[in-house]
Amino acid sequence: MRDKVWIIAGLLLFLGLVTYPAWHDLVAGTTAKPPQLVLPANQKQCVAPLSYMRTSHMKLLLQWRRSVVRDGQTKYVAFDGKVYNMKLSGTCLRCHSQQEFCTRCHNYVGVRTPYCWNCHLDPAQVKRSAR
Amino acid sequence: MKITRKEFLKISGACLVALSGKEVLAVLDNPAEGQSSSSSAGKARKQLGMIVDTRKCAKAEGCTKCIQACNAAHNIPSFQDPDHQIKWIWEKPFDDIFSSYETQYLDASLKEEPTPVLCNHCDNPPCVRVCPTGATWKRPEDGIVMMDWHRCIGCRYCMAACPYGARSFNWVDPRPHIERLNPDFPTRTKGVVEKCTFCSERLANGQLPACVEACPEKALVFGDVNDPKSEVRQMLAKSYALRRRAELGTGPNIYYLI
Repeated sequence: MRDKVWIIAGLLLFLGLVTYPAWHDLVAGTTAKPPQLVLPANQKQCVAPLSYMRTSHMKLLLQWRRSVVRDGQTKYVAFDGKVYNMKLSGTCLRCHSQQEFCTRCHNYVGVRTPYCWNCHLDPAQVKRSAR
Repeated sequence: MKITRKEFLKISGACLVALSGKEVLAVLDNPAEGQSSSSSAGKARKQLGMIVDTRKCAKAEGCTKCIQACNAAHNIPSFQDPDHQIKWIWEKPFDDIFSSYETQYLDASLKEEPTPVLCNHCDNPPCVRVCPTGATWKRPEDGIVMMDWHRCIGCRYCMAACPYGARSFNWVDPRPHIERLNPDFPTRTKGVVEKCTFCSERLANGQLPACVEACPEKALVFGDVNDPKSEVRQMLAKSYALRRRAELGTGPNIYYLI
């Protein structure tokens, strides 16, 4: 039992290092602070209820993609009977900003930013760069 | 019950004959069905096509308005390097596209007459047959040979299969090479193939293809070639028209009036 001190010190050091990210974030106050998303001013309701959009927007987008590209359908009848054009740039980004809305949230939750933007354009960004 | 080998074979043979008899009867009942592949079945459906009136087109010398309109509408990049060029509608010398029809006495000016070429939206598209992912297919409702860039893996089989060179590959990211971005239409990404889609996005809004709308001479006429009342059919009924390499059996749907 001569090495008791060293063993305990080593264990403490190990625990400290392993839990370092948690301590760091607690001290810096960065945990549990989701991005404050600014809701669009000109619209009150998205194409589906908020809870559905939060959890399943990717499914809706895939369904839109399939309808437009594969089936040639361009109109989407929403749950409240409103008809929308199934367009990522033309409909979604009319209200939401790609950088402020999509990318920020994806970064926060650590979900790889989807490659939508390799091809689809943000009209606001295009306008800015044209100036 | 005991059964000998001979009897067993007899019964098996009778069963096989009975099974195949059903197929034979079906063919005898309807002899057309056996041969009604894409050609006759496809004729009843809508098939969009285009007429290029080369006489009208030649009137506007140096005009490339159709190409410019297409390039602007579809975010087509411009590259100096011919290997990187992306082409949906472009010009080729007349004798390049109709080499088998020319005579040696044709005037050089006519031989080199720039003629617009684009995807032929074939009845029997070889590009569709070779695509391993279903990223390109023939739309049953209007006969457009469509592309799904989400699904294209860039294998370029379709480019090898297309006898018209109507498909281009993005060797580099095209976005920095686009002069003016049109936010209503996506750009493409590095590693996918692209081609003319007869402006399916404009057709969905009830508009004509961008090239047809832009032509000042009205040399491009667009419509359903399976509808005898359509303008294209009326025109084709009255004049001789050529199709590019129709002898290959692809059934091209771009008609050239000469």
